[in-house]
Amino acid sequence: MIKAEQKPLEEIMKYLEPYKKILLLGCGACVTVCHSGGEKEVLLLAEAIRIARQETNNPIEITEHTPPRQCEPEFAIQVGEFINGAEAILSLSCGVGVQTLSRYFNIPVLPGVNTVFMGETVAHGLWEERCQACGNCILEKTGGICPIARCAKQLLNGPCGGSSRGKCEIKRETDCAWQLIYDRLKALGQLERLKQIIPAKNWGQESRDKGPRKIVREDLQI
Amino acid sequence: MKAGSNLEKILTAGHFAVTAELGPPKGPDVGVIQKKAEFLRGVVDAVNVTDNQTAIVRMSSIATCAIVKQLGLEPVMQMVCRDRNRIAMQSDIFGAVALGIKNILCLTGDHHTFGNQVNAKNVHDLDSIQLINMVRTMREEGTLLGGEDKIEGEVKMFIGGAANPFADPFEFRAIRVAKKVEAGVDFIQTQCIYDMDRFKEWMKMIRDLGVHEKIHILAGVTPLKSAGMARYMAKNVSGIIIPEAIIDRMAKAQKGAEEGIKICIEQIQELREIEGVHGIHIMAIEWEHMVRRIVEEAGLLPRPILS
Repeated sequence: MIKAEQKPLEEIMKYLEPYKKILLLGCGACVTVCHSGGEKEVLLLAEAIRIARQETNNPIEITEHTPPRQCEPEFAIQVGEFINGAEAILSLSCGVGVQTLSRYFNIPVLPGVNTVFMGETVAHGLWEERCQACGNCILEKTGGICPIARCAKQLLNGPCGGSSRGKCEIKRETDCAWQLIYDRLKALGQLERLKQIIPAKNWGQESRDKGPRKIVREDLQI
Repeated sequence: MKAGSNLEKILTAGHFAVTAELGPPKGPDVGVIQKKAEFLRGVVDAVNVTDNQTAIVRMSSIATCAIVKQLGLEPVMQMVCRDRNRIAMQSDIFGAVALGIKNILCLTGDHHTFGNQVNAKNVHDLDSIQLINMVRTMREEGTLLGGEDKIEGEVKMFIGGAANPFADPFEFRAIRVAKKVEAGVDFIQTQCIYDMDRFKEWMKMIRDLGVHEKIHILAGVTPLKSAGMARYMAKNVSGIIIPEAIIDRMAKAQKGAEEGIKICIEQIQELREIEGVHGIHIMAIEWEHMVRRIVEEAGLLPRPILS
């Protein structure tokens, strides 16, 4: 799922300077799971904003709402009921939700979080990146561990010279992706796979380098 | 001959090769290159020119190589995958060949966050194995990567790669060299060797894979300047192992630098005896003036002159 972190309050307060009435919108999907933009965070952030503005004698009216998702038009449209004269929307969804709302409403939609990566929950309060949506999954070749998302150099044919005792030289607390791949293939009895050369990747055709990607399913179109 | 470079001739003739590193200046000062080149003249078979090593911005490898060549020495142009995509790499390779550069060392490149441009966007369009394969395709098929486009002229390059027997996972390190051989590498130079036991174990794995008969292996050495340098490298540089015995020897020596040179010479002599080691690559970091002494005292002068 998509992982995000709330922006610093000072940055959010700067965004809100011109406004007296806003709609603070959470999102019931990914950002709820990673505790950065769900109902609970909406409540806490709204309170923090109110206090900060009261301290400067510049009160702000905040409507709070958390739709199931912001990135689906059917939910985004329903948000309209809550605008009720708001001058701007502060969205705690990922960057996708902000853009979906921007398509439907003629008031500024401001980001309240930084969208960071697609990843998994490794432990309570710990999330790690796992996928960069390169557009052509190679996990079959690499024991189910992605070197594009998890190697600092995105190496496709084995570890660089900076892999030491299982860790990456860039951040010593980070596992070397190729050590993980090696260990996994060894456990699966598939070390032979490491001998295969993975050819140069088609970044320009498969990845975002060709501009925004699109999936068209004619069978689903009305 | 694949490229007809001096290094290729030396190795093909079965001589024990000697190369050394030359780090370009941190600016356009040609004087630095001239000075370093003079230290290496007549001492090495080829001069290995680094490509923004440790991600510190320096004069480009290709320009420095061209100057080294003008000065009458043979360059090995390092090319890293960190800063260029396949368009720029192929274009630079054309330019390098046109400037008379005949050796290329294909590297992944140190991570940019170690250098002085930490906010850069790194490239890594290709990895070092894919780069090796691309240069071989350019040389042998006369085409660009993944295309039918015919190259105008010949890309005669003697292709090198790197290996680090001291990084992990150790069991994968020889396999990775075998992949480089399959991709088209002609020679390999290693990370600097201090842990001789581990290097010998790695060389055995290399021999078991038959790699030493297909390509040439140059063993990397770096003379230690002081016990402090040894301790720092052992602790902070991933993929470098310095045994305690060597650090102790440096610490106990009256003159650290002298001891470092002595150790380096002993290492070269030991490396020469290992089956499959075809030469030595000296990385005397900002100590190029010591290379002559090391090569001389290791009994490797004069260098053979081949036509």
